[in-house]
Amino acid sequence: MNPEFSTSTTAQVLRSLPKRYAKERRFRLLGLCAIVLTMLFLMVLLGTIFLKGWTAFQQTHIRLDVYFDPVRLDVKNLANANYGALVRDSMQRMFPDVEGRSNRLQLNRLISSGAAFTLQDMVTSSPEIIGTTRSLWLPADDEVDMLIKGHTPRDVPETIRRLSDQQLVWIDTLVEDGRLEKQFNGAFFRNGDSREPELAGVRGAITGSFYTLMVTLMLSFPIGVAAAVYLEEFAPKNIFTDLIEVNINNLAAIPSIIFGLLGLAVFLNFFGLPRSSSIVGGLVLTLMTLPTIIIASRASLKAVPPSIREAALGIGASKMQMILHHVLPLALPGMLTGTIIGMAQALGETAPLLMIGMVAFIVDVPQSLQDPATVLPVQIYLWADSPERAFIERTSAAIMVLLAALLIMNATAVYLRNRFERRW
Amino acid sequence: MLKQTVSLAAASLLMLSAAQAQAASGGRDYISIVGSSTVYPFSTAVAEQFGKTTAFKTPKIESTGSGGGFKLFCAGSGVDTPDISNSSRRIKKSEVENCEKNGVKEIVEIKVGYDGIVLANSKKADQLKLNRKDLYLALAKEVPSPDEPTKFVVNPYKTWKEVNAELPDINIEVLGPPPTSGTRDAFIEMVMEPGCSEIDSIKALEKSNKDKYKAICQTIREDGAYIDAGENDNLIVQKLEANPKAVGIFGFSFLDQNVDKLQGSVIEGSAPVFDSIASGDYKVSRPLFIYVKKAHAGVIPGMNEFLAEFTSEAAWGEEGYLAEKGLIPAPKAEQEQNAQTAKDLKVLVLE
Repeated sequence: MNPEFSTSTTAQVLRSLPKRYAKERRFRLLGLCAIVLTMLFLMVLLGTIFLKGWTAFQQTHIRLDVYFDPVRLDVKNLANANYGALVRDSMQRMFPDVEGRSNRLQLNRLISSGAAFTLQDMVTSSPEIIGTTRSLWLPADDEVDMLIKGHTPRDVPETIRRLSDQQLVWIDTLVEDGRLEKQFNGAFFRNGDSREPELAGVRGAITGSFYTLMVTLMLSFPIGVAAAVYLEEFAPKNIFTDLIEVNINNLAAIPSIIFGLLGLAVFLNFFGLPRSSSIVGGLVLTLMTLPTIIIASRASLKAVPPSIREAALGIGASKMQMILHHVLPLALPGMLTGTIIGMAQALGETAPLLMIGMVAFIVDVPQSLQDPATVLPVQIYLWADSPERAFIERTSAAIMVLLAALLIMNATAVYLRNRFERRW
Repeated sequence: MLKQTVSLAAASLLMLSAAQAQAASGGRDYISIVGSSTVYPFSTAVAEQFGKTTAFKTPKIESTGSGGGFKLFCAGSGVDTPDISNSSRRIKKSEVENCEKNGVKEIVEIKVGYDGIVLANSKKADQLKLNRKDLYLALAKEVPSPDEPTKFVVNPYKTWKEVNAELPDINIEVLGPPPTSGTRDAFIEMVMEPGCSEIDSIKALEKSNKDKYKAICQTIREDGAYIDAGENDNLIVQKLEANPKAVGIFGFSFLDQNVDKLQGSVIEGSAPVFDSIASGDYKVSRPLFIYVKKAHAGVIPGMNEFLAEFTSEAAWGEEGYLAEKGLIPAPKAEQEQNAQTAKDLKVLVLE
C-alpha cells in the first residue's frame, strides 16, 4: 500500500473527525430535545389534570343528627314519605333561631338534595331505625363544597357570590362545631351520573365501558385471530387475498365516526337492537378494533420461525395440529398485546358512540347489555359541558380514572409481552 | 386454547341472539328523550328527580341538538323512537309535516320556560352597555357604509368606539357559538335582526329586496372579530377570564355559575340578571319547549307522571330546582296554561 496515500487518508479522516463527532452530538441533542419536549407536554397535561381533579376525590360533608320521626315516616307507605322534611327538621334543630321561609330555604340549600335519598335508602333497607336518632355525615351542596375547597372566592361582595353572607356564617359555625369537613368522596365511585355534582359518579360510565369492552373483546378477539390464522396459514396467495389485505389495512385507518354511521344503519335500523345499549356500542367498537387485531395477529404469526412449522409437520403433525399446538401458542403473546392495544383504543372512543345514542344522560347504572349505557370518555365530555363549577374538578377526576384504566391495560400488554414472548 | 376460543365465540353469538330476541319482542320501560343541548341541563334535572322519587326508571336523555332531536322524534311512532324531544325553538312546519308523514300525528307542545342569551366579559374590564344596533354593526359581515347609508360595504369597524362613541376604545373581539348551534340562531334572530331593522336604509331594503335584506341582517362577519369558540361554553368562560378585552356569547346559566369571574353586558338598558330576564325587560331570551308523542303516553310507563313532575311548582316554579339550574320561569298564567296542556295532552295545531 502506498504510505503516502495512507497518511493522507488518515489525515483526512483525522481532519474530518471533530466535524463528524459534532454532527453526531447535534443529532443526539436533537433526539434528546424531542424527548424532553414530549415529557414536558405530558407533564403539563397530567399536571393540570391532577391539580384540577384531585380535590374531586374529596367531598364536603355535614354531620346531621337525624331523628327518624315516626310521625313523618308511615311504615306502610315508606316509598312516598317526605324524606326531605327529615333533613330540614335536623337542620332546623341545629339552627333553631332561623326563622322565615326564605331564611330556612337558604339554610336548607347548604345540604345536598341527595341527602334525602340517602335517608330513604337507610329506612327502606332497615325500617327498625324509625324512632331513633342517628348522627350521619351527609353530602353538602356543591356550592358549599366549592367554597370549602377554595374554588369559589369568599372575600368578594355578596352580590357576586353564589352563597349569601348569612350562609357563610352558618358554614363557619358548622366548621367550628366539627360538623363540616372534607371526607373521601365515595359517591364518586358508587353513583351513576347526576345533575348534582356532589352526587355524580363514574360507576355508571365504568360499568358501561366494561360491558361495551366485554362485547368488543368477545367478538373481536376470536374473529380477529381466526381471520389472521386463515390469511397467514391457509389462504392461497392470489389477487383476491391481496385485495382483502389492502382492505384490512385501509379499514384500520378509517375515521371511527364512519363505524358509528355503519352501526346506526345496520345494528339499529336493520337489526333493531336497542339504541344506546352497550351491546350495540360493543358491536360498533368491534368493527373498529378488528383491523387492528388482525394486523397485529398476522404480524405475530409471521414472527414465528418457519422451522417450527417444518419441524411439527416433519414429525407427522397435521396442519391443524401444527397451528394449534405450536404456532398459535408462540404467536399468542403478540396477539394479546395487539388486542389489548385495540381495546385501549376502543375504551377512549366517543365519536362512533355519538351516532348510536350512547352520548346521553343516564342515571341508573346499567344492569345488562341491553340497558342504556354510556362510557367513560362520553361522561367526561358531558361533564366538561356542564355549567356547574363543581363539574370542572369532576371532569378532571374522571379523566384520571380513564387514564388509570388505560395505564392498567397497557401495563398488562407490556407484562404479557415480557412474560411470554419468545425470541429467536 | 381452541376450546376456550370456540366457547367464547359461541357464548358471544348466543348473547347477541338473545339480545336481538329481547329487542324484537319490544317493550321499553324507561322514557327516551332527545334534543336540544340548551334544554338538556333542565330536562336531565327533572329526569333525575323523577327517577329518584318515583318507582319508574330514570329517563334517558340524549343531547342531539334541536334539529337532530326532531329528526329522531319524527322518524316514526313506536317504542324504538324517542318519546319526547327537547327544543330551544318552536317546531318548524316542515318538521311537523315530516312527523305526520312518518305516522307521528299527535304532538303535544309544552313551553317549559325561558333561556337568556347573554354577552359577558371579564370582571377585570369595564361592563359594556350595548344596544342591539351596536351589536349588529359590530358583528355583521356587511353594513351600510358610514358615509353613504344606502351602499353596503364589508364591515369596516375595528373597535367598539367606532361603532358607538360611548363604547370603550378596544378592539371588537367576540367569542361565540359556531353556525351549527341553536344559540347562534337565536342570537341572530333576537339581536342581529332587530338591531339591523333599526337602521332606516336596511328597513327600506326589506320591502324592495327581501333576500338581500336577509343576507345583510343574518350574516356574521368572518374577518376574525367574531370567533367561533366551539360548542363548549365552559371554554368560552375560560378564554374570557384570560383575555379581558374579549366578549363572549353564551347561555344565562353559565353566567349565573360564574358571577365571580364574569359580568353580563347591559343590553338595551337592562342587565342579564334572573329578575330582568323573567320579567321580559332583558330582551334577548328565547322560549324552551318539550314536544311529546301523545301515542306513547299510554305505552311507555311514567310518561304522564314525568310531565307532571316537569310542570310542577317544585320544578319550574320561581323557587324550583330548575330555576337554580338557570331556567327562567315563564309567567304564571303561561305556566298554568302549559301545565294544563301537559295534563290533558292537548295536541298541537300549527296555524
